[in-house]
Amino acid sequence: MKRLLTTATAFALLSGAAQAEGTLSVYHWFEYIPQELVDKFTAETGIAVTIDTYDSNESMLAALKAGKLGQYDVAVPADFMVKIMTDEGMLDTFTTEEMPNHGNIAPQWMDVYFDPGRKSSIPYQWGGTSFSVNRDVYPGDISSLAIIFDPPPELQGKINVLDSQNEVLILGSLYLGIPQCTTDREQLKALNDMLLNAKQHWASFGSDTSKDVLVSGDAAAGMIYNGFSAKARAEGANVEYSYPKEGHVLWMDNMVLLKDAPNRENAIKFMNFLLLPENAAAVTNYAAYTAGVTGVEPFLDDAIKNSPENNPPADATPGVFAQACDAETQKLYDAIWTNLKK
Amino acid sequence: MKGVRHYPGFLPMAVACLIILYAPLIVVMIYSFNGSTSITTWGGFSWRWYADVFTGPEAPRFKAAAWNSITIAVLAATTATAIAVAASLAMIRGGRFRGKSATFALINLPLMVPEIVVAVACLIFFTTIGLTTGYLTILIAHITFCIPFAYLPIAARLQGIEDTYEQAARDLYASRAQAFRLILLPLMMPGILSGFLLAFIISLDDFIITNFVKGAGMETLPTAIFGSVKQGIKPNIMAISTMMLAVSVIFVTLSYLVNRIGQRTRA
Amino acid sequence: MAGMTPTPKGNGTGYRSLVGPLLLPTWVVIGIFLVLPVALMAVYSFLTKEFRGGVIWDFTLAAYDQFFLNRGLFGDEPPTLEWTYITIFWRSIWQAALATLICLIVGFPTAWFIATRPPKARAIWLFLVTIPYWVNLLIRTVSLKFLIRENGPLNESLMSIGLITDPLPLVNTNLAVQLGLFYSYLPFMVLPIYAAVERYNFALSEAAADLYASRWVTLREIVLPVVKPGIIAGCILVFVPSLGAFLAPDLLGGAKTFMIGSLIDEQFRGSQGNWPFGAAAAMILMTLVLIVLMIYARAQTKGEAR
Repeated sequence: MKRLLTTATAFALLSGAAQAEGTLSVYHWFEYIPQELVDKFTAETGIAVTIDTYDSNESMLAALKAGKLGQYDVAVPADFMVKIMTDEGMLDTFTTEEMPNHGNIAPQWMDVYFDPGRKSSIPYQWGGTSFSVNRDVYPGDISSLAIIFDPPPELQGKINVLDSQNEVLILGSLYLGIPQCTTDREQLKALNDMLLNAKQHWASFGSDTSKDVLVSGDAAAGMIYNGFSAKARAEGANVEYSYPKEGHVLWMDNMVLLKDAPNRENAIKFMNFLLLPENAAAVTNYAAYTAGVTGVEPFLDDAIKNSPENNPPADATPGVFAQACDAETQKLYDAIWTNLKK
Repeated sequence: MKGVRHYPGFLPMAVACLIILYAPLIVVMIYSFNGSTSITTWGGFSWRWYADVFTGPEAPRFKAAAWNSITIAVLAATTATAIAVAASLAMIRGGRFRGKSATFALINLPLMVPEIVVAVACLIFFTTIGLTTGYLTILIAHITFCIPFAYLPIAARLQGIEDTYEQAARDLYASRAQAFRLILLPLMMPGILSGFLLAFIISLDDFIITNFVKGAGMETLPTAIFGSVKQGIKPNIMAISTMMLAVSVIFVTLSYLVNRIGQRTRA
Repeated sequence: MAGMTPTPKGNGTGYRSLVGPLLLPTWVVIGIFLVLPVALMAVYSFLTKEFRGGVIWDFTLAAYDQFFLNRGLFGDEPPTLEWTYITIFWRSIWQAALATLICLIVGFPTAWFIATRPPKARAIWLFLVTIPYWVNLLIRTVSLKFLIRENGPLNESLMSIGLITDPLPLVNTNLAVQLGLFYSYLPFMVLPIYAAVERYNFALSEAAADLYASRWVTLREIVLPVVKPGIIAGCILVFVPSLGAFLAPDLLGGAKTFMIGSLIDEQFRGSQGNWPFGAAAAMILMTLVLIVLMIYARAQTKGEAR
């Protein structure tokens, strides 16, 4: 027994020792970085990269709190989540000297509220969240969030909704014209009732599945990220991404340096690598969102640059970013989400 | 003679049972040889997805996951089998002792507690004692829940072996260790092999517990497959599934043969 | 079982004195890595939740309060019985029970049929039923999902033979979850019943037939009581894992409605991050299962006494 445990420990230490020498542990969204780019980084630096994926900001936070902090070097939270993680003391900081390409960050993404001056994070990609509709199934008007929350008969029971508390609740609030982080009970009750009523028309909850259900035809409409919808279209689904008149969610995903990163130097190398225009453009060409780095234009595919998903019509209602509510208010939104998912 | 054994409608039910059990597996097997990139249209027979598993963009991930799965299954099954052999000697050959029924319950506890509960309990435990989740935590959890699976066939086998053989050996001045190694162990071997195989396949199969206690960058085959499948069932997943299916068939055949040998030696 | 062996065990072979050392590894491993964690989980269910994951070491009944009492969306209304989680548990119990019943309806005739084949055919049938039992559950669930999806082979073939005109919407329904549970655990039902029927003495049936009992009366009055232990064992082997199933609801049910397994999973790995509540739900699940097992154990000792 003792010998077996020793063997097992030795095994674990062995693999641990191999890791300390030139590795990088990335906690990333699903389908968000091209393997070729990771291979290129490894070829340039000799650093082996392992990637684990998550499917919502909230589950990433939960996993890190469940003992994974200290195991990963970098993660890719959205704007509001960077704020939450900073407040929780989960992020490390770096200096601009450590990161020569820091100056490549686009000026409008430099002094963001969640990380003024970009001391813990770099912009990864930004984009929007609304919904897409399979035009073979439903050729009608799709300019309102009612498609998701009060769907026409053709789409009832064929809708996939993102398994992401933040995005579902904000889109619902936009649909009802309710401000974010409201503490008004009537408004919250109305949101709760509207969502419960809408749920009977939904087929499934899924974020990582949101493209596949549209491509496979398992769903005819679905809440989705703009780039993911572009990929669904590229894979042959006749889907159209909507810029609804009530507005849509905007987000910026950021690569953050995690506290107690086992390979801090490699993490900074990786972030610096991703700030090079051609590398940021490679991510954009793969994920079909928009980079937050200057000088990417020459490297972008035309199809991505001119995609309808990335170029809202001139009269589109502007999107909104998520706000980080205080803990007391957040509890109310958590209750609505639990109520919805039960 | 045959009359009382025959019930009308039981044959169709048995056939239906086989169809239900096999239809999904056979469909996936067929589609794993689909030459088309789309899973819905048939593009002719092809080995391309098998090649993709070994050389495609996801190959390194699956290789690492397969390596983890197999090494964990071997280590966990070996350890659990060793523990189970010792336990079965005490339980079957140890006579009556205090705490015997409690020990019996303890051995079977991993079978009785729902998997999701074990998963949650392990996660809480490892987090509380500050043990970083990873290879070691998966291995520990697997050893624990493999013990009853290894124990049951071993104990059943041992129960069927009369102790007259060993007594004869002891009468001829064999030491206890010699009697065990030369007489009892060979007789127990079919049970030990069955127990090992069962523990091995149970470890290889586990998803829920592994998913809770795996650490950063650690995947086993089931968690890697689950991660892939969430984004749609791709043809390479069907190829992997078919290969794992083949492994399972080999294992059933092996354990079947071991049992046959066991029956012959018992006779 | 022990009654079958003629000589008393453990006197002449010298393992009696070694009982302690031989059992030590079992006690240590299962004690430290299963009993202790479950005890710790029980403690966690009484702790205060930290915002999004983790706990604060302040003892409270909040998790159980949340489970059983409804205090309104804002937590300040007079408490009424909370139906949400009871409904989830009830749904899981119901689906597991139904899966068990369907498995029994299909599994018993199958087991009986196999056990009454001549030895060679029996071995082949048994082999065929055992294989799926050994195939990875995840792979089997994924295969089923592929088979029944909207444009999948099942719908396509049903449509091509003209049985249906529109594809059956199977995936992401409770029916799919039900089908998944049934499919996942069917071999667990067949094998123990087979073992019981194989030991059944058919002379009993013949005697009944001589007394002009019909086939079905014989089955009900003579066979069922004798093979009951096998049936009960099969039912438990299907019911218990079905109750805490995670893969079938998640992959086949579209993660839309919670079952016990996915509810607990969500508290730890999903967006809720409410550990004490997840621990409490796991405690309640474990209690349920232990109650079922205790009923089983009592029924068994009663049966032996008779």
